[in-house]
Amino acid sequence: MKKEHKSLLNTDLPDFERDYFCDTYPQEVKPLKGFIEKFLNWARAQSLWILGFGTGCGAIELRPLMTARFDMFRYGMAPRPTPRQSCVFIIGGYASIKTLKRIVRSYEQIQAPKFVLALGSCTINGGMYFDSYNTINRIDHYIPVDVYVTGCMPRPEAIIAGLRKLQERIMQGKAEKANDYIKNFEWYKANQKKIIKDWNMPDFNW
Amino acid sequence: MDTPLLLKILYAIISLGVITIWGLTLNGVVRKIYARVQGRIGPPFWQPFIDIIKTYGKRTAVAHGIMFFLGPVFRIAGGIGTYLFIPAIIGSTVFSNFSVSGDVLLVMYFIFFGQLGMALGAGESGHPYSAIGVARGLAQMTAFEVPFALSIIALAIQYKTLNITAIIMAQQGGFLNWTIFTNPLATIAALIALLGMNMHNPFSVVLAPQEIPIGPPTEFHGSYLGLMQTNRGIFNAAKLVLFMNLFFGGATNIFAMIIKTFAIYMISVIVGVSFPRFRVDQSIKFFLSVPAVIALISIILLII
Repeated sequence: MKKEHKSLLNTDLPDFERDYFCDTYPQEVKPLKGFIEKFLNWARAQSLWILGFGTGCGAIELRPLMTARFDMFRYGMAPRPTPRQSCVFIIGGYASIKTLKRIVRSYEQIQAPKFVLALGSCTINGGMYFDSYNTINRIDHYIPVDVYVTGCMPRPEAIIAGLRKLQERIMQGKAEKANDYIKNFEWYKANQKKIIKDWNMPDFNW
Repeated sequence: MDTPLLLKILYAIISLGVITIWGLTLNGVVRKIYARVQGRIGPPFWQPFIDIIKTYGKRTAVAHGIMFFLGPVFRIAGGIGTYLFIPAIIGSTVFSNFSVSGDVLLVMYFIFFGQLGMALGAGESGHPYSAIGVARGLAQMTAFEVPFALSIIALAIQYKTLNITAIIMAQQGGFLNWTIFTNPLATIAALIALLGMNMHNPFSVVLAPQEIPIGPPTEFHGSYLGLMQTNRGIFNAAKLVLFMNLFFGGATNIFAMIIKTFAIYMISVIVGVSFPRFRVDQSIKFFLSVPAVIALISIILLII
């Protein structure tokens, strides 16, 4: 259906930089069928690697999550400092427009299947920054979200509950938002470009 | 010697499978120990297996060039090569692998080989942390190779052979015949070099968790990372089996191997949880001074 979108134009990049970046249109990769996919989904649920990128004030709640009191490692979750190796992106509360640019870039660099957990009221409706000029109001207009954890800020118990919910969804095979992102790629890209004025990166960051 | 080639290959695959499982279990147990020291419960000991299944199960992957593909392949070739030339259990047809005369030199080469291949692959990924990690890794590796090579020379002088099987056979007949008792200085130097090889604290300058968080493999993902995680199990266990053979009398059955390799690994783990990290220059200076001098003294004592 999307055969006509063979390559990305990268129109916002200067001419001499276009050659450096990928212009391939991202492709959906459908899940496998049957037992193998169920087994892989079980493994994905038991081994959630969280991208270590504190995107908002919720990031402060991730420290107690890792240390002795709450200890997320016992569920197989571990922080990973590089998007290439992680699979869960935690949006920790408000996302300013400056951060959104990095969020999009990091999200696209995570390899599929990837999952997003959004914390706090800011990610749902802007929270206390609902009328601010430099923060966004709904994160799922820009990247797809699998699980929302409400509160301002959610306690580590709530984040663990959110991650457990995410594990459930992965095991049921419902966490396929990475493919949804590709399916609605143009809509997401238009939203992102509408709000990020100084767009100086490729249209898809692999 | 008269085993058919196909049967030998089958044995090698079985032996490799067992050592992979044992190496990954060791890694899992160590994560648990680290967690306990930090007052946490920690992940279950089978977590590395789940992580590997998940990494192989990634749907998409990005390549940065041919060496990026080949880096992890070289790395795992280094791990498998190291293991396949070490007799893991003496007297066993399945676990004696492809030990030949002069295999200590071959194994020392393979320990270096994987890391060099990895350096090329990580270099092509273009990430700055990879470049820093590679530079640190190669510098530290060159430094710990000095005491390790010197202690191997001490062993070669002591046993007058470069064959691992012959070195093990010379240590049979009671634990007082083990190299750790007959040549303690060389053993100490080599065990300090092992701390550097295992890259636990205080020699974790390559991965440097607080500065260049992942180090050289920063850009590796999916199956590339899966290969490297598999190698982490094989290579780790292979090094421990090598040290068991050279300094702790080898093993005559699988239980002895498991107990001895676990005990040797615990040396670097206990040092690792107890110490903070060296800087790169401190680490290199340390390897070239203390253990290198100890190994030199052991050689001089053997010659005079």
